[in-house]
Amino acid sequence: MASRIRQPKTTGTYVRRGLVIAYLFLLVVWPVSLVVQHTFSGGLDNLQTALSDPDVVFALQLTVYVAVWAVVINTIFGVGVSLLLVRYDFPGRGILSALIDLPLSVSPIVVGLALLLAYGGNNGLLGPTLQDAGLQVAFAPLGIIMATAFVSLPLVIRELVPVLQEIGTDQEQAARSLGAGPWQTFRRITLPSVKWALLYGVVLSLARSLGEFGAVKIMSGNIAGQTQTATLSVEEKYQDFQQGTAYATSFLLALIAVAALVVVSVLRPKENPDGD
Amino acid sequence: MTTEIPLAPGAARRRRTRSATSLTRSSGLGLGIALTWFSLLVLIPLALVVIQSADDGWGTFRDTLTNSQTAAALRLTVEQALIVTVVNVVFGTLIAWVLVRDSFRGQRLLEVIIDIPFALPTIVAGLVLLSLYGPDSPIGINVANTERSVFLALLFVTLPFVVRTVEPVLLELDPEVEEAAASLGASRFTTLRRILLPALAPAITAGAALSFARGISEYGSLVLLSGNLPNKTEVASVRILTYIENGNEAAAASVAVLLLGVALIAIILLQVLTKVVSKRG
Repeated sequence: MASRIRQPKTTGTYVRRGLVIAYLFLLVVWPVSLVVQHTFSGGLDNLQTALSDPDVVFALQLTVYVAVWAVVINTIFGVGVSLLLVRYDFPGRGILSALIDLPLSVSPIVVGLALLLAYGGNNGLLGPTLQDAGLQVAFAPLGIIMATAFVSLPLVIRELVPVLQEIGTDQEQAARSLGAGPWQTFRRITLPSVKWALLYGVVLSLARSLGEFGAVKIMSGNIAGQTQTATLSVEEKYQDFQQGTAYATSFLLALIAVAALVVVSVLRPKENPDGD
Repeated sequence: MTTEIPLAPGAARRRRTRSATSLTRSSGLGLGIALTWFSLLVLIPLALVVIQSADDGWGTFRDTLTNSQTAAALRLTVEQALIVTVVNVVFGTLIAWVLVRDSFRGQRLLEVIIDIPFALPTIVAGLVLLSLYGPDSPIGINVANTERSVFLALLFVTLPFVVRTVEPVLLELDPEVEEAAASLGASRFTTLRRILLPALAPAITAGAALSFARGISEYGSLVLLSGNLPNKTEVASVRILTYIENGNEAAAASVAVLLLGVALIAIILLQVLTKVVSKRG
């Protein structure tokens, strides 16, 4: 753990530092700052134009609505599954643990295809039955929520599982032996010790949910003013030569996602106490 | 600051002696609900993709692969993802090294910059790259609608993977071992080859596998940047989308299954490679 020992600085140190900074500047910093610059090139005009376009406003509202639902579902599911994976023994636990990561390595387009095959209105496996029961999944908000929940499914679990393993069960057992019920133990003992990991997982899910594009493109039908989310609107506006609006919408989306991530990673205490 | 990084197999998952209990009635109910949701959302739909692709035996696979446009898209996707993964292995490890071993003002800012490609919506990532490397480039570099745009987009979205897997391992690694090797007369290259590389290899491999898997499945960042020109800049995801839009779900499913297969092979190959490197040290 004593890896922060100051090593003598050689020419190599500065060469490596310079290389890394130049690489990140050219790949990330400069391009991102150009988009910010484009957004504000005419003062606040671009933002005003975007926010007075009813389709864009609708798309932003739909995105927030979908993202909030997806994050809520994934948080409840994520906390439950993490506790089950770490604290309980059941047949198939190893398989479940491996399968949970699956959504991260599947292409968003394949996610869209998979959901369409299951819930498509005409020839999906379950789609027609659900439609007869009055439940429209594909090309409706429910389908968009499912696509979004799919792609961000493992993010909360990946943050929670290592922390839950690290803290062990001593305190929980003590609480239980002193008469606390399962809910009280969870709320008073478990939750406070995993709160930063949980918050970070939630923020990652939120960023991923706000930004989902491919899977939503297939499952939503992409109709402006009805099922078009913000990322889909960026594509349409850009190709429609309304670049100012595309930049402004992008800026708003990126702002929420990056700001949330930065705030949490700055606030979150470092995990290893001697890590600087 | 860890993001979508998996735990090295068996690392943290086995750190504590298990104190797991068997299921109670309420936790059993919870497991049932969780499994139902997971099956409805993930397992059944993905299984349907596999079933759909095999519906017609090998016929659909053969037809899809012999379609020259699809074959070209698959070739381009795998090729570019491979090149990007190699660049990520080199630069990702270098970035992790500088973040852990060097210390200078603004280092914290670099940490945040690494996470930006994760946080940005992929369509915005494409727009971002287009602003510096597109037709209106202030530095006169225009890669839009060329193969290099695919390379650039994949490089951007996969930036954090190797960095974030190597960083924690490097933090745990004691520089004293390297100093000991050096004081015993090992050259810098020998120290790198015999001490550092074997220790970092599993993490680099894990990051490379993630980076490759993400690379071959990328879609959003390419939409505005690559132009999706058939036989030139069209990637596998775009082919799948075209098949879906034409109502040919069987062909779409077979390309999807091929992509999954390629990802699987890459991950297995990398695991074997790691074993070889670790043993040599």
